[in-house]
Amino acid sequence: MPNTTYILLIVLLPLVAFVLLGLFGRKYFNRSSGIIATMLLLVSTVLAFYTAYGYFFQYGKVNGVYQKIIVFKYTWLSFSEGMSIDMGAILDPITAMMLIVVPFISLMVHIYSLSYLKGEKRFATYYAFLGLFTFSMLGLILSTNIFQMYFFWELVGVSSFLLIGFYYDKPSAVAACKKAFIVTRFADLGFLIGILILSFHAESFDFDAIVHNLSARGNSSFAPSLFGISALSWGVALVFIGGAGKSAMFPLHIWLPDAMEGPTPVSALIHAATMVVAGVFLVARLFPLFSISQPVMHLIAYIGAFSALFAAIIACTQTDIKRVLAYSTMSQIGFMMFALGVANTENSLGFTASMFHLFTHAMFKALLFLGAGAVIHFVHSNEMKDMGGLRKHLPITHITFLVACLAIAGIPPFAGFFSKEEILMAAFEHNKIVFYIAIFTSAFTAFYMFRLYFKIFWNKEAQLHGEHHGEGGFAMMLPLVILAVAACSAGFLPFGNFVSADGHPLHSELHFTFSIAPVVLAFLGIFAALWLYKNETGKSTKLANSLNGLYKAAYHKFYIDEIYIFVTQKIIFNLIAKPAAWIDKNIVDGLVNATGDGTGLVSEKIKGLQSGKVQQYAVYFLVGVIGLAALFIYLWK
Amino acid sequence: MNLLLLILIPLFTAIAILLMPGKASVRWMALIGSVVQLFASLNLYVAFKNTKGVEQFAFEQQHNWFPNWGISFHIGVDGIAVSMILLTAFVVIAGVLVSWNVEKMVKEFYFLLILLSLGAYGFFISLDLFVLFFFLEVAVIPKFLLIGIWGSGKKEYAANKLALLLMLGSALVLVGMLGTYFGTGLKTFDLIALSKSPIAHEVQKMCFPLLFVGFGIFTALFPFHTWVPDGHSSAPTAGSMFLAGISMKLGGYGCLRVATYLMPDGAKEYSHIIIVLASIAILYGAFATMMQKDFKYINAYSSVSHCGFVLLGIGMLTKTAITGAVMQMVSHGLMTALFFAVIGMIYERTHTRQVNEMGGLLKTMPFISTILFIVGLCSLGLPGLSGFAAEMTIFVGSWQNTDAFHRIATIIACMSIVVTAVYILRAIGKVAMGPVKESYEVLTDANWYEKTAAIILLVGILAIGLAPMWLSDLVTPGAEIIMQKITSVK
Repeated sequence: MPNTTYILLIVLLPLVAFVLLGLFGRKYFNRSSGIIATMLLLVSTVLAFYTAYGYFFQYGKVNGVYQKIIVFKYTWLSFSEGMSIDMGAILDPITAMMLIVVPFISLMVHIYSLSYLKGEKRFATYYAFLGLFTFSMLGLILSTNIFQMYFFWELVGVSSFLLIGFYYDKPSAVAACKKAFIVTRFADLGFLIGILILSFHAESFDFDAIVHNLSARGNSSFAPSLFGISALSWGVALVFIGGAGKSAMFPLHIWLPDAMEGPTPVSALIHAATMVVAGVFLVARLFPLFSISQPVMHLIAYIGAFSALFAAIIACTQTDIKRVLAYSTMSQIGFMMFALGVANTENSLGFTASMFHLFTHAMFKALLFLGAGAVIHFVHSNEMKDMGGLRKHLPITHITFLVACLAIAGIPPFAGFFSKEEILMAAFEHNKIVFYIAIFTSAFTAFYMFRLYFKIFWNKEAQLHGEHHGEGGFAMMLPLVILAVAACSAGFLPFGNFVSADGHPLHSELHFTFSIAPVVLAFLGIFAALWLYKNETGKSTKLANSLNGLYKAAYHKFYIDEIYIFVTQKIIFNLIAKPAAWIDKNIVDGLVNATGDGTGLVSEKIKGLQSGKVQQYAVYFLVGVIGLAALFIYLWK
Repeated sequence: MNLLLLILIPLFTAIAILLMPGKASVRWMALIGSVVQLFASLNLYVAFKNTKGVEQFAFEQQHNWFPNWGISFHIGVDGIAVSMILLTAFVVIAGVLVSWNVEKMVKEFYFLLILLSLGAYGFFISLDLFVLFFFLEVAVIPKFLLIGIWGSGKKEYAANKLALLLMLGSALVLVGMLGTYFGTGLKTFDLIALSKSPIAHEVQKMCFPLLFVGFGIFTALFPFHTWVPDGHSSAPTAGSMFLAGISMKLGGYGCLRVATYLMPDGAKEYSHIIIVLASIAILYGAFATMMQKDFKYINAYSSVSHCGFVLLGIGMLTKTAITGAVMQMVSHGLMTALFFAVIGMIYERTHTRQVNEMGGLLKTMPFISTILFIVGLCSLGLPGLSGFAAEMTIFVGSWQNTDAFHRIATIIACMSIVVTAVYILRAIGKVAMGPVKESYEVLTDANWYEKTAAIILLVGILAIGLAPMWLSDLVTPGAEIIMQKITSVK
């Protein structure tokens, strides 16, 4: 059994960095705050690796099966008998795997930023936010309780918000951070209601208890409820909406490309490698429950596959290199998502494949973003038109970027090949439609990645203006090299031995014949990019023109943003919020004022009665007496 | 602990303020008095935690007042009251501190502030309806003067509107109380005596709506909430803080302690209406907030929405939801007080409250802007800050009702987390972020008293947000007793 203290330290050290740098960093040690944060995270990373190693090789297995170990748990807020938010730490294969990914990528980004953000005035604030993010992400992956996960889920959301809006004086960054937060919040509404539904039927928030209680047949959650769909299906579907929002699945993806307004290392950490896969992680965590509800599994498979293709098409047309990478992230997460959707408890190859791809993707996508950061650092622009021929200026970046491109394109023996083959295999066995979409998307992936590669590093020579100081420091190159090594080697891990849906080792072999088609398609994509973009020939413009309508639609991201703006501005603002404010001011408050004015008016009218003239009072008296007399006579009769 | 201390400390502070010679000594006197009161309140919390074997109310004492009419000076506290007293103590200190630069009629200003807090403390400890009503009025009158004299904008209109609507609330409460007094035939105003004998169904049916609406007006019950935006926006900073942080809680506490506790039958009968009104307030208030341009109006309308959660929690009639309602009162009190304090600090410097006219304050006022971020995030229910724990308790408690009506109301309430995010981020984005305005380059950050006030309230917010269990444990037994009465009704 692992020791509680050091698991706690893994999570708390980044929090210490946040509090320390957030409170005192800017005033007292702005310059050295990067080193302090990196050192703290290094300790945390070492402990996390040690824990993962211990889990996988020492105590995790009992009779050949990986166990779920609750390391510790204490009640944070109790609602009623059995219903409480517990803060705890769980160790199981997917958490242990994430314990490698999250601190490792975060550490790379910490090191990289030492050089990338050098001279930034709010250096300490930046590292404080990175610490907050790392803390929240670690809390999320260690969650034992669905409410604990929601807790950290919101915290990663806010750290993402703070980091996207880091350059707060740029209006585009402000708009982007608001959009990211609000879109994911909207999805979280689904997550929250899903939690309420599931926990009500399970009578607990505990992951284990939820899975255990709800998978027992005859449970109340199986009874058909609204629209004849069982409460269980409603619950998991709503939880999936939350996951889809964080993981930028169609149609909740619109925040991710804009999120690229943040500093590039942040995009690498949050919007490529870790936070955006939280949705995949959530579905994986509740996998036994999802797999009961077949309709929801189909939904996940199709949304994942569609998002993968949709994003890949858009990625082919974008000119901002970070946006290309953002859409490629969305596309790759689509792969992970549909891999989960095509898995079930009997055949969980898709589960393992999804987690495997999550793992390898984290390595090569972080590498791509950090490489793109080095390029942006050099040319001071995100636009492809300002780049070209950079291979001579940035040799290390060039090689590592190429490695990452080969990995994401699925060329053997790079990491992406192995995980993508497994995903394709799982899809092939379960759902042919998804499989064909996926294999088609792989060709696109290779194409747009190499379009990016050739446009940056080959093509016409960039017109370089002003001062250019080479490749950035050692701190920037070291993470690139380490990640490149990981992107080359991660594929050879016998991943199925470690991570599977039920803890039993899963043996999957690569079938040579099966791999031919995807690899050939990937090469076709690369050659197409080579032919179009290696040299400035004008062929690409011609191609774009010949695809006129489609190209334009893809370039404008299929107008999804415009649809959202229409719905939010025209419908919600003009048809709900404005009338609400108007009604409140004019009708509800109008009534209050009218009551006041009415009272005033009445007293104004009748105040003349109190004139103080005795004669007048005598008249009133007389009229009163006569009136009363008349009344009495009338009654008496 | 002797509960009389809680009334005597502010009373002596108020008298001492009147005797003080200069402005500075008045300020320090008020500060010292409120610090002493905070320690007394913390001491009360500790003492209350250590009492064992108390049935319901601790530290009870009863003195004859008007025995012929069944009125006695009966005081005592349970967990709910203790949590309200703690809230009041925090808000009062912060309010005294942010008013440090008030120059107009300082003595009168602080006297009224302390008097208002005296009314609130008295209200929370009373166990006799007449005493409770007495203190309720003590807490209302100073507000009229605070807005009318130290306010800004259309202050006379706002002061009148607020006073009249709150008086309407008080009048309804009074009628409801008298109805109870005569209806039961017990000829007593004693809360405990009344709660022990079942009140006839007809009496409950008549008096519950009177009491609930009466107290509800204080806590912005839809459609009687319109005093909130006007009142807040015209009040001086400390006035807004007291109004939102303390006065609105008097209503919520009254709804719970008097209306629901004494008349469980009526509560059951009318709970659907309460839920409908609360749901409207939550969502409609949030949408109305989206369109506001004045920073104080934004926070005032958001208070309508947040106080809707309090009423929703009460209307849901489950132990968890009622606990959540009380937690929401404490959380909202601290959070809104801090929000108004920050708005006041910003207004002091920029001389505008129009969010569209501001921009980039994060650069010149990092401290104030950071607090604005934190309080905004608290308002939209970020975990780790107080709003999250309270709202989640209400949601979970509401979901325990299994029928479609309660479910839909809960979902409507949940939807507000999105709308809240929209208006909060819009306001923060406009005010703190964006390009810095040139004329704002010279503005200074918070002074010592502003910083102290903000930190005190922030401590409260974090104490609930990071470890809400202590508050939940404090409140739950009180909620449980109320629930026992409700479940005992057929």
